[in-house]
Amino acid sequence: MSKTRLIAMLVENKPGVLQRISGLVRRKGFNIESLSVGPTLDPTLSRMTIAIHAGSQEIEQVAKQLNKLIDVVKVSDITDEEVISREMMIVKLSVSSGKRDELKATLDLVGGRILYVGRNHVVAELTGDGDHLDDVIEVIKPYGIKELARSGAIAMVREAKTL
Amino acid sequence: MGWYHGKSLVPTARDFFIYGGGIFFEAGGVGMKVGQELTGAEILLEMLQAEGVRYIFGYPGGANLPIYQHMVNYPSIKHVLVRHEQGAAHMADGYARATGKPGICMATSGPGALNLVTGIATAMMDSVPLIAITGQVPSSQIGRDAFQESDIIGVTMPITKHSFLVTKVDEIAKVIKEAFYIATTGRPGPVLIDICRDAQQAKTIFKVPERIDIRGYKPTYKGNPRQIKKAAEALRAANRPLILAGHGVILANAQEELLRFAEACNIPVGTTLLGVGAFPVRHPLSLHMAGFMGTGYCNHAISETDTLLMIGMRVDDRVTTRIDSFAPKAQTIIHVDIDPSEIGKNLRPTIPIVGDAKTVLKQLMDELPSMPPRTEWLTLIERWKEEFPLRYPKSRNGFIQPQEVLEAIYARCEDKAIVVADVGQNQIWAALWWNYSRPGLFMNSGGSGTMGFAFPASIGAKFGRPDLPVWCITGEGGFLMVMQELSVAVEHNLDLKVAILNNRNLGMVRQFQDSFYGGVRHAVDLSYMPDIPKLADAYGCPGYKVEKREDINKVLDKAIAYKGPVLIDFNIDPEANVYPIVPLGKGLLDFWEAPE
Repeated sequence: MSKTRLIAMLVENKPGVLQRISGLVRRKGFNIESLSVGPTLDPTLSRMTIAIHAGSQEIEQVAKQLNKLIDVVKVSDITDEEVISREMMIVKLSVSSGKRDELKATLDLVGGRILYVGRNHVVAELTGDGDHLDDVIEVIKPYGIKELARSGAIAMVREAKTL
Repeated sequence: MGWYHGKSLVPTARDFFIYGGGIFFEAGGVGMKVGQELTGAEILLEMLQAEGVRYIFGYPGGANLPIYQHMVNYPSIKHVLVRHEQGAAHMADGYARATGKPGICMATSGPGALNLVTGIATAMMDSVPLIAITGQVPSSQIGRDAFQESDIIGVTMPITKHSFLVTKVDEIAKVIKEAFYIATTGRPGPVLIDICRDAQQAKTIFKVPERIDIRGYKPTYKGNPRQIKKAAEALRAANRPLILAGHGVILANAQEELLRFAEACNIPVGTTLLGVGAFPVRHPLSLHMAGFMGTGYCNHAISETDTLLMIGMRVDDRVTTRIDSFAPKAQTIIHVDIDPSEIGKNLRPTIPIVGDAKTVLKQLMDELPSMPPRTEWLTLIERWKEEFPLRYPKSRNGFIQPQEVLEAIYARCEDKAIVVADVGQNQIWAALWWNYSRPGLFMNSGGSGTMGFAFPASIGAKFGRPDLPVWCITGEGGFLMVMQELSVAVEHNLDLKVAILNNRNLGMVRQFQDSFYGGVRHAVDLSYMPDIPKLADAYGCPGYKVEKREDINKVLDKAIAYKGPVLIDFNIDPEANVYPIVPLGKGLLDFWEAPE
């Protein structure tokens, strides 16, 4: 079945690694929906989370191909595991001073936080899984979204085992 | 046992390395200037010398001149000056296929490096251990569109097993060591090393890495015992077992294990195009080549098998034709490959086994030491062999048939010559009409289908195996793409024979146009060709034209008597076609046979 699947990886922290990975996914005919990379406790390794829309056999093939890259140390398809996944969103809302309290109350309900207050706008941050952020966008839309920046997902398996 | 010659001609790359997690390296070997202050170029050459490199096929230019400046001080490494960098890559490829050792090609930055690309892709598709060393503009110039700058790492990313950009002199020794390790172990493949000119010129104290351990690269050689057991059980229960063997058997030097296993268990064996030679063609259990242009009897066996063991092959579209026609009756498909990503890529096996062909075959033999013959199955196969033999029209309008040429050459060198085929009709004729009794006798660009491969690759093969006759079997189209390398063959007086099967047209394309594209012949006419004897004369070697059947033997004898390169232009039937052939889009059993 085709759906969005999550791959967690440990890769060498070297120039060109991202290009090797993204190029491979493209060559195999897939589109990366989201991708996030960050440092790990080991400065020579980066952790990467890729979301790809694909079937289970297709993703198995992508994972095997990724594993073949010399700079990729570990690959795990965590789609079907109990996963904790988070995305982050920063949003700039046009809001007059009169409506600020109402907005704050709304943001409190959805776990958001105001980072900056301007004369006629605020900047807020929100985190959650992708579905949650999609819902939040619908809730705050009426305030007027001027700008929105959203990260890719980072994810890990809930249980004690590690990548 | 006339058909079987036992040992492979080719020691595999892996024989030179130690299995396992890392390799150990004896620091300070003969001639190594460990502890001295050297330039990056010298360190590169020291490392190549320590790796046992005997030939570099290359072309100098602005970004690799520091290497050439020092190369003269390393007499054990011979530089072969090619006439076009594509030739360098194919020569290194041919050298690697003929010797089992990695082939080395070298070029400068920009256009030099880019000219290697087709050759690198060819090696990648056929899992050939190749090291491509390119000069790069100085590291301070990178990204500024400097003169002759190209992002060769970016360009070759999809066609290399791995690549390294070296910007600092201190990285060179480790990179060379890792590059050879990666190119020659696991599933072999090309590795590109791009070295900035300033790193070639900078100096550092030469240190050799003692141990290499690449954490993201751990090839699996041994098959999972549980899977092996399952595979053995499936084969034991089979009524119609079949083995298909690919290039992986040759790369793993597993032909003896394959032969012993097939004989002990009475299982017939077909091969892929690159697997030709993995199993002796004239063995009673041999089904020769499978697939698109394979034998009718092999394709029938694939269609009727109930238990298929595929080993060291990647199940590509030239083997399967229409995928639903491939082994439709197989209850069990066992797929053995050293590259896990090949398993399930094109076909989902019931029993996947990741491992090296040699090791896995040994494991299988331990589980299944012998099996009584499936008489009904073997009788059926014998019937298919009688019903669908390989054949060709012996005479058509008096034209020479390409198969006759191959048979005449074979009669003179039998299974003691290396045959390097190009791409197209000549490739399939050379695959089918020669009795390959062991690996290493036949090479061609199977995966990439690179026209122009054969002639430079045969030069590389001859450098690697000067003790064996080397025959380049090519078409006039493929030869013209790379004929400038004739200067290299003449310069080194290589005892190399080039048989041009000249049908005055792009034969395979013409056959496709005739058969599958409405009979519209377009852009396939090659009547305008240089006169081959005159061309040979211009380059400085003998050349012959053979237009009559009765001249074939005479000219072949003359060519063989001459110790050096010879071109022979065989004027063959312009309408000669490759048979059997499965029409495009059809299944394995829809093959057309040669007209009577």
